[in-house]
Amino acid sequence: MWARAVRLRAAARGRRGFTSKADSQGSGRVTGELIQHLERLSLVDFGSQEAVARLEKAIAFADRLRAVNTDGVEPMESVLEDRCLYLRSDNVVEGSCAEELLQNSHRVVEEYFVAPPGNISWSKLDEKQPFSHR
Amino acid sequence: MAAPTLRWFCPGRRFAFARVGCGSCHRRGPPTGSTSNGKRGQSSVAQQPHITAQKPRKGECEWAAVVGLEIHAQIASNSKLFSGSQVRFAAPPNSLVSFFDASLPGTLPVLNRRCVEAAVMTGLALDCHINRKSLFDRKHYFYADLPAGYQITQQRLPIAVNGSLAYSVCVGRKPSQMVTRTVRVKQIQLEQDSGKSLQDDLRSQTLIDLNRAGIGLLEVVLEPDMSCGEEAATAVRELQLILQALGTSQANMAEGQLRVDANISVHRPGEPLGIRTEVKNLNSARFLAKAIDYEIQRQINELENGGEILNETRSFDYKLGCTVPMRDKEGKQDYRFMPEPNLPPLLLYDSGSLPSGADPQQVIDVDQLRAQLPELPRVTRERLVREYGMLPQHSCALLNEVGLLEFFQNVIKETRAEPKKVTSWVLNTFLGFLKQQNLAVSESPVTPSALAELLDLLDRKAISSSAAKQVFEELWRNEGKTPAQIVAEKKLELLQDPEALERLCSSTLEAHPDVVMDLKKGNPRAINKLIGLVRKATLGRADPTAIKEVLERQLSS
Repeated sequence: MWARAVRLRAAARGRRGFTSKADSQGSGRVTGELIQHLERLSLVDFGSQEAVARLEKAIAFADRLRAVNTDGVEPMESVLEDRCLYLRSDNVVEGSCAEELLQNSHRVVEEYFVAPPGNISWSKLDEKQPFSHR
Repeated sequence: MAAPTLRWFCPGRRFAFARVGCGSCHRRGPPTGSTSNGKRGQSSVAQQPHITAQKPRKGECEWAAVVGLEIHAQIASNSKLFSGSQVRFAAPPNSLVSFFDASLPGTLPVLNRRCVEAAVMTGLALDCHINRKSLFDRKHYFYADLPAGYQITQQRLPIAVNGSLAYSVCVGRKPSQMVTRTVRVKQIQLEQDSGKSLQDDLRSQTLIDLNRAGIGLLEVVLEPDMSCGEEAATAVRELQLILQALGTSQANMAEGQLRVDANISVHRPGEPLGIRTEVKNLNSARFLAKAIDYEIQRQINELENGGEILNETRSFDYKLGCTVPMRDKEGKQDYRFMPEPNLPPLLLYDSGSLPSGADPQQVIDVDQLRAQLPELPRVTRERLVREYGMLPQHSCALLNEVGLLEFFQNVIKETRAEPKKVTSWVLNTFLGFLKQQNLAVSESPVTPSALAELLDLLDRKAISSSAAKQVFEELWRNEGKTPAQIVAEKKLELLQDPEALERLCSSTLEAHPDVVMDLKKGNPRAINKLIGLVRKATLGRADPTAIKEVLERQLSS
């Protein structure tokens, strides 16, 4: 049975992909399925009941924004929206520091960074016990 | 605005210009992977008895295909979109990478002015509306060649929208039967390119080179107004020519400067659109049409056999010549778009709205860019047809080869010969030699001046056209001789003395009474034999038409 999921605030309009089911005044509860989904998307390990509770509190805190009447007000896109976007001239001024950059890498093969095959390894996530949730 | 749909017949027929029944709709072609059974949701294509609306023929079934494209073009700039590292094709791994490209903490994006200009010019050339305000967003996904974990793109408000791209397709057997089609340009946006990954399957690892990471891309989204591989390939080709004419991208597919993804679906005419698949990795001009047509046919086969199309991402396997599903696509991707917090909105101005006293380096004037647009390929082709009276397919051919138009125009400048002659020589002889030896125009051993001189000799009737071809072959050997020198050396000049020709003709007639008799009996081919004999006697230095004239005159007297 579907527990009611809280709609997470989407920052952008017209977002492609997953949109969670929502009701306008959510109960503030986050389902286990949603946690798993978030963990996969962000590679952030929620790890404990405490972390989920913190997340729910954060959502509730942000929800208070709904108390403000924003009818007819143009949404703000960013705190920088009044600033001027600086345009750089098309000159080559950086680069040629392969050695320095490669020092950051755990493994290196002949000036290439080394990464595991395919996509990010989920072996760690899969090994974990599925985090049971109320 | 509905584009004319191309009717697809199943199963093997490609083009339906002529209505051809295909017997019974039996399965044809290689069996396509696993057919999913079980009805998950509604299939948007109902399984109807095979009857078309207009002419019900037994076993005939009709499909319409719909193709949309997402084209990524690398911007021709010195440095990258948000950093000052160099844009270059081949370089030692990770040598063209700045701290920002490597996504080290504390680095910030700084927008390259040249990339914005390139986007505006491309938008103007495609008749788009240029958004005076556009925004940057982050598109999140994890992959080793994307060090930041997100790509900066323009998802909410791109820099240009609602344009169109016109291209010509051949609709009949003759090359002159061309029609113009248009495809709507949904939008053009600026975004970052990702790095390159090399799979090392032996050691089960991936090698990452970030030289390409951060290079500016123009993503051009074409609406699904195309209906087959050929239309899509032609549209891409035209876009390539436009980008090259503008100088905004070299658009060389072989070097990865132009990449195409196709969205393909099929449906029965009159019914709603079918489920689409996305085909990625279409990076070769040669295989673009093939891959799209394969996918269309695969979908038709699948639906004909009672299967259904999955909304998935596929890749084109060049070796096998077919599309295959891409692995590691688990469900739908959630890109978690959010505004790029480090970049304010991008504001563009025009002559009416330029802020006074502003630093010209910091403002972009759309009107100024519009005034500076070079001549677009479509306009060039029309001008060539008008000015030189050539056929449209010739003007297409002149633009289709890098440097050929310039070569042609240089020859025209220096020669007195008729433009039609020049066109014919450039497109047939010159281009033929180039293609035979797989050379680019820039590598040609024959210069425009040399060809111009040769055509002048021909125009003055100093040499015959067969002699001219011989001279051209000599010129191609590039031994430094001019056409005039070659003509003198090989004694190819036409006989200029009319009396000498008369004498040779009459002596030939005297020497071959049997052929003359043959001719008088009414054999039309005999005259050719006589012409041939005279030509031999003149060592090829007489024009066959002139010979014929003299012979006929002598024979009738």
